[in-house]
Formats: sequence, C-alpha cells, structure tokens
Amino acid sequence: MIDLWPLIGVAVITVGLALRLNTLLVILAAGLITGLLANIAIVEILSMLGASFSKNRYMSLFILILPMIGVLERYGLRERAETLIGTMKSASAGRVMLSYVLLRKVTNGMGLSLGGHPSMIRPLVAPMAEAAAHKNRAPLNDNEKHRIRALAAMSENFGNFFSQLIFIGAGGLLLIKGVFHDSGYELSLSDMYQWALPTALASFVVFAIVGKFADFRLMKRISSKAEK
Amino acid sequence: MLEYIYQVTGLLLIAFSMQSFLDRKNEKRLGTGFFWLIYGLSFCLGSFIPDWLTGLMILALTLIAATGLFGTGNYQQSDSKFKEKQALGFKNKLFLPALVVPVGTILWSQLTDSSALIGLGLSSVLALVIATILTKCNPVQSIHEGRRLLDTIGWAAILAQFLAALGYLFSQAGVGETVSQLVQLFIPENNLLIYVMAYTFGMALFTIVMGNAFAAFAVITTGIGIPLLVVAEGGNPAIVGVLGMLSGYCGTLMTPMAANYNIVPAVLLELTNKNQIILTQFLPGLSMLVINTALMYVLAF
Repeated sequence: MIDLWPLIGVAVITVGLALRLNTLLVILAAGLITGLLANIAIVEILSMLGASFSKNRYMSLFILILPMIGVLERYGLRERAETLIGTMKSASAGRVMLSYVLLRKVTNGMGLSLGGHPSMIRPLVAPMAEAAAHKNRAPLNDNEKHRIRALAAMSENFGNFFSQLIFIGAGGLLLIKGVFHDSGYELSLSDMYQWALPTALASFVVFAIVGKFADFRLMKRISSKAEK
Repeated sequence: MLEYIYQVTGLLLIAFSMQSFLDRKNEKRLGTGFFWLIYGLSFCLGSFIPDWLTGLMILALTLIAATGLFGTGNYQQSDSKFKEKQALGFKNKLFLPALVVPVGTILWSQLTDSSALIGLGLSSVLALVIATILTKCNPVQSIHEGRRLLDTIGWAAILAQFLAALGYLFSQAGVGETVSQLVQLFIPENNLLIYVMAYTFGMALFTIVMGNAFAAFAVITTGIGIPLLVVAEGGNPAIVGVLGMLSGYCGTLMTPMAANYNIVPAVLLELTNKNQIILTQFLPGLSMLVINTALMYVLAF
C-alpha cells in the first residue's frame, strides 16, 4: 500500500496557488503540513528549512549583479536596447519577432533580463510586428491583429524561457545544482550551462518556423484579395 | 572563500535595508527595511547561528511578505531625457560591464580549480566597479539603483532558496518516494524511453499544476529523475537536470497558473480571448517538450 499522505503538501500548493494566495505563505504552509504529517517535530522542521536555506544562499547571488545593472539602466541601457530593435530593417512580422527572440536569448545569456511583456512586448515588439505585417497589404482585421500580438507575447516567453539556463549564474541552474547536491551528486555550473544550448537553438528554429507560417498566412490575404 | 562572498551579499542587503528605512517616500519602508535586514542577516550569520533560528527568520520573511508590508519607494532615478542622452553617448559601450559577468565567471572556472560561484561573485563586484568608472556614477547612487531593481523583484527574490528548502523538506518527508512508487505502478520496467518521457512529461505536467517549474523541479526530480534515470539507468545527472528543468518550462507555456507570462500579457495586449497566448503556445510548447525528451534520451545515456 502506497503512503499517499505526503502528497497533501502538493495538494496544498495547488489549491493555495489557484486561490492566488501569497506564494511564500502557500509554500511554507505546504512544508509545515507535510512535515507535521510525517511526524517531524516543529523545531526539527524549522531546522531543516533553515539548514537548507543557508546551504542554498548561493542561489541568490544574482543580487550582487543588481547594482551594476541598475547603474547601466540609469545611463540608458534600455534606451540603447530599444534603439537596437528599432534599427532592424524588418520585412515581416515574423522577422521582427524572431530578431527579438535572438536579442532576448543573447542578453539572457549575459545575465541581463532586458525584455519583458510590459517593458518590451506591449510598447515595442507588438506594434512593430503589426506595422511590418501591414506593409504591402490591406489593413489587418481584428483577428489578425490579435494573432500577431499573441505571437509577440509568445516570442517573449520562448526567447526568455529557453535561454534562462545559458547564463552560468542563473537561478535555475543553481536550483538544479542544489537539488542534486541534496541527493549526493555534485554538479558543476560550468558544465551545466552548455547543455542548455541545444534547446536554446531548437527553440529559435521552432519560433522561426511558427513565424514563417504566420507571415505566410498574412500574405495569403493579399493574393485572395487581389483575385477578387 | 565563498563565505566571504556571502558576507558581501549580506552587507549589500543590509545597506539596502538602511536605505529603505530612510526612504521617506516609501509608505512601506518599515516592512521593506525589515525584510532586507532579516534576509541580509541570514546571509551574514547563516553559517554561525543554529538552523532553527534561520528557520524562524524564514517565518518572519514570509509574514512580512504575506501581510503586504512590502512596497517600493523612491530611488532618485534619472529621467528619460537624461537616459536617452546618455544612451546616445555611450552606445554599445553600455553593454561592456554587463559582459564582464559571464566572461569573468567562465574564465575563472576555466583557469582556477575553485567554484564558478566565486567567479560569479568576484565578476559581479568587478563589473560594478567598471560600470561606476565608465559612467562616473556616484557609488551611493549605485546602491540605490540596486535597491530599485531588488524592490521591483520584491519578496520573490528569496523564492529560489525557499523552493529549494521546500524540496529538501518534501524529500525528507517522503514525497519523492510516494511519487516514485506511483509512477512505477504505471510504467513498464527498464524501458529507457518511457522513463525519460515519465520525467520530462512529468515535469511539464507538474509545472502546469503548480504554475512554476522551480516548485515542480525538486519533487519530480527526486521522485522520478534521480531514482529512474540517474541511479537505475546511469544517466549523466547534469544533462538530466538541465533538460528536466527546460521540460518544466514547456509546461509553463501551457498553464494559466503562470499568470505573469500568459494571462497578464493577454490583458496588457488587449486580447479578447484571455487564453489566446496559451493556445498559441500550446503546439510549439509541446514540440519543445518532445525535442527536450529526444535530447535527453540521446545525450544523457
């Protein structure tokens, strides 16, 4: 008979996050409940949490990078990134978004989080993609506009997620290292980030295909309109 | 040596907290200040105080965050005209200090025997020095700028450590074993491809449920990844781990629980269908999951 009680912690997390309660509170509650159900004393639970927290301080070393990035932003880092995007001579919506994917991946690899939905997609990438799609054809209808915008959001997510682990100091890499360490395996950061490269490349290709397909669909409207 | 880097980080956090306390324009300066103070102390004293005391600090941090006592303030930012002018002047030189971090870290790990983490810490400090010299920025202002960014990240800054602590607690309490036993009920033994798929698809599914790949990672890896792929089949743990995490991210593309990536942008972009981004991402995300599975199958064994 499988002991299913430990899974209550998982249920707590699922319900708690679905109810949009504070994440830290949900996680702490899940941990406390799971520990208590497993007959671990409260003091020992606190010790386990504390010990792991201290051991894993290295996961938060990205904090040391923040003053430097803050200074660069003060002197126009984002503005420079926007200029670089603006100078792209893009022929199509797909091309615009693919260039953004590239920019996002390269800057992620340097440890810079320069993109984002509110800061780049909404004000820059989505309008630029719509404008590029609009060239040489009839005005876009609402469905087409929404499709392009959704793709622009996807370009941010694709560009961001699949390049997260390329940066040698990435929080994700540090978490992986920590979990394996707790099970007795020592992993090295300088080894790990390299294994994230094939996926980064694959995601670039996948997005390029999706973009090409989207451009093709938009272009088809010209031919069908011309025939009318 | 790593301990020194922790001390520097802790001191930086305490500096942030001091600036927060003095920031009159921040209504929540006490909560924010205490948050960074306690967190900073946990960095400086972590190796010296008893673990249960650190555990109590974790409780305190959670309480401050959950009761909404955390907030952003004023950082004496430069205005956009200033930024545009500076950007025109510096052009791509602005990226130089940022490049120091990954380059320095990689160089350190190649040339010395010690951990890349130390390289990361040293490169970060070096990069800040270079940035300050390049821009002629006031050092105190650089701390304000760092605080600005950290306050924007907010209490989520401690999330990685938190989830790791949870993962450890879960594995001590037997969650991994339960998952492992459940999975083995359903899948045939010694079929490598099915094992790999159980891990990658399990990661994606659990991430869809929890809305966060970090949260799923500890449980699924200790429950499926390590016992089935590393121990039983002798897989390379680094490859299994990295591709496992990337498989989790595929799940993030498909779930409304990852609101910041899928639902909030739909609102920002004024889409009538709030789920349109998820629908757009579903097939490409699934393709990436299949690709990650194939990569793990081919590369890790």
